[in-house]
Amino acid sequence: MARAWKYGDNVDTDVIIPARYLLTGDPAVLAQHCLENLDPRFVPEHRPGDVIVAGRNFGCGSSREHAPLAIKGAGVACVIAASFARIFFRNAINIGLPVYESPEAAAGIQTGDEVELDEAAGRIRNLTRGESYPFRPLPPFIQEIVRAGGLMARLRAELAAQEAAPAPAAAAADPRQAAADPRPASAADPRQAAGGDGR
Amino acid sequence: MGFTMAEKMLADRAGRRAVFPGELVEVPVDLVMGNDITAPVAIRQFEAAGAKRVFDPERVALVASHFVPAKDISSAEQTSIMRRFAREQGIVHYYPEGTGGIEHTLLPERGIVVTGDICVGADSHTCTYGALGAFATGVGSTDLAYAMATGRTWFKVPESMRFTYYGRRNRWVTGKDLILYTIRLIGDDGALYRAMEFTGEAIAALPMDDRLTMANMTIEAGGKVGLFAPDEVTLEYERGRARRPLRIYRADPDARYVEEYEIDVSRLEPQVAFPWLPSKTRGISEVGHVELDQVFIGSCTNGRLSDLRIAARILRGRRVHPNVRLIVIPATQDVYLQALREGLIEIFTEAGAAVSASTCGPCLGGHMGVLGRGERCLSTSNRNYVGRMGHPEAEVYLASPAVAAASAVTGRITHPDEVLRTEVA
Ligand code: SF4
Repeated sequence: MARAWKYGDNVDTDVIIPARYLLTGDPAVLAQHCLENLDPRFVPEHRPGDVIVAGRNFGCGSSREHAPLAIKGAGVACVIAASFARIFFRNAINIGLPVYESPEAAAGIQTGDEVELDEAAGRIRNLTRGESYPFRPLPPFIQEIVRAGGLMARLRAELAAQEAAPAPAAAAADPRQAAADPRPASAADPRQAAGGDGR
Repeated sequence: MGFTMAEKMLADRAGRRAVFPGELVEVPVDLVMGNDITAPVAIRQFEAAGAKRVFDPERVALVASHFVPAKDISSAEQTSIMRRFAREQGIVHYYPEGTGGIEHTLLPERGIVVTGDICVGADSHTCTYGALGAFATGVGSTDLAYAMATGRTWFKVPESMRFTYYGRRNRWVTGKDLILYTIRLIGDDGALYRAMEFTGEAIAALPMDDRLTMANMTIEAGGKVGLFAPDEVTLEYERGRARRPLRIYRADPDARYVEEYEIDVSRLEPQVAFPWLPSKTRGISEVGHVELDQVFIGSCTNGRLSDLRIAARILRGRRVHPNVRLIVIPATQDVYLQALREGLIEIFTEAGAAVSASTCGPCLGGHMGVLGRGERCLSTSNRNYVGRMGHPEAEVYLASPAVAAASAVTGRITHPDEVLRTEVA
């Protein structure tokens, strides 16, 4: 069961992971500073599987993918917000950090609440308060990326397809397309693979 | 039925007759960009996915700008990942320190990104190029890796908002003041997922540098792109600069917008954003007495030549207030050189400013002017979030270079007229 960490509107990427820590892309190292400018208790007290819940415009500011990486590295199961800034949203999907838009959940959930996600029913349950909230389903195209295990898994699949059939229609349409020489899909980055079903 | 600029650009490049907001489209990219923070992460992804070559070595720009010249061992190692990759891939537009500068000032200035381009950059302020009429937006490192490998990216077609500016700008009112006022009007997520289109007679009269400043801060309102339709100013700017043919897109007269705003610029005074959000903007007459420890003039928002000229006009023959540190950083090598030739660097140095080689430096609390606990800084950059320029308890105020220079002289946030009453803009 997941405990919620609740924050307000406009949680920006500078408070999720300050620029001074951007000198590594290692999620485990980034996780040690996750949210430290906003809530110094988060790093020492959170448990893997906890969820972050916030108000509007979560992840606004810089495009640093280090922000979702830090959250994912901290073992956070998902982020639920009233709305997300678009680059953060895209980055989270791309690296396999599940994000759910739900103004209702953002309003109802408080820090420490036990929450549970029911993907099939499209609902977030608040066990502490006995409430449940709908969340907006992701567009099918994006669900596909999440299912594939992130954007890099999709790239690996495309590269493999190109190798199998050197001039697929999509690639031939663009003469600038460079002929790639892909490694087999088994060379997958385990961090991406772990993003698997988006959990 | 008419279409907005964003809709026309995406439809054309997706090979469609029309696209509508909410649709997902895949389009070829004319340019992809990464910097010394985001590119190393992307390069690792690119290589781990098994990609061997970038789609086109002339269409990938790699710019070292954030932690350069290397501030410590880790930053040196980050930039070395980029250097190695640039050499291996034969990247044409690779700019280490001393050759380029801050990416968003550099790429338009050298004609590497041009009018009508579709561009993704792994930096949120990639939206700056919308000033040229390019569909340019920030993405993360994984999107960068994908675009570097395939030459393609996907977009959700954004809804569009139109901002019409009319009237004559008052003295000292710049593009920075227009965009700060606009963010104040619509809020930090007022344009979330949307395209902002800037138009009207006051925009027609606005120089390219001011347009670049406005498009730059589109992201501070959550916007995906901030578009200016190409006009005489655009074509004049691109002349002798653009390395590729331009593509001209303009909105149809009957295009549909989800929201429209009309702003009378003749009623605006210089604007100042208070901590800790760009939307916490006030007119300078409502600022009150705010003493400063540091003033920073630079960044991709306001580190261009015209910005330095304004600052120099105010600082010429004056001294920086003894309680204030003034840091001036020309955004690119070309800006630096021209400022040197025009004697601006001399004026800043004589006034008591610390002037440095091009870097993002203090803008992101990286180096060259990081703030300590409780310190207060007025900055010409674009963000004043908690901890943005250093300690989480430091305060950052945002304003134009004119307000910044005047405030450096008096030691508190000051209207330029107070320092320079007799000058004519
Ligand atoms: S100057 Fe500031 S906002 Fe611009 S690219 Fe550099 S860090 Fe980002």
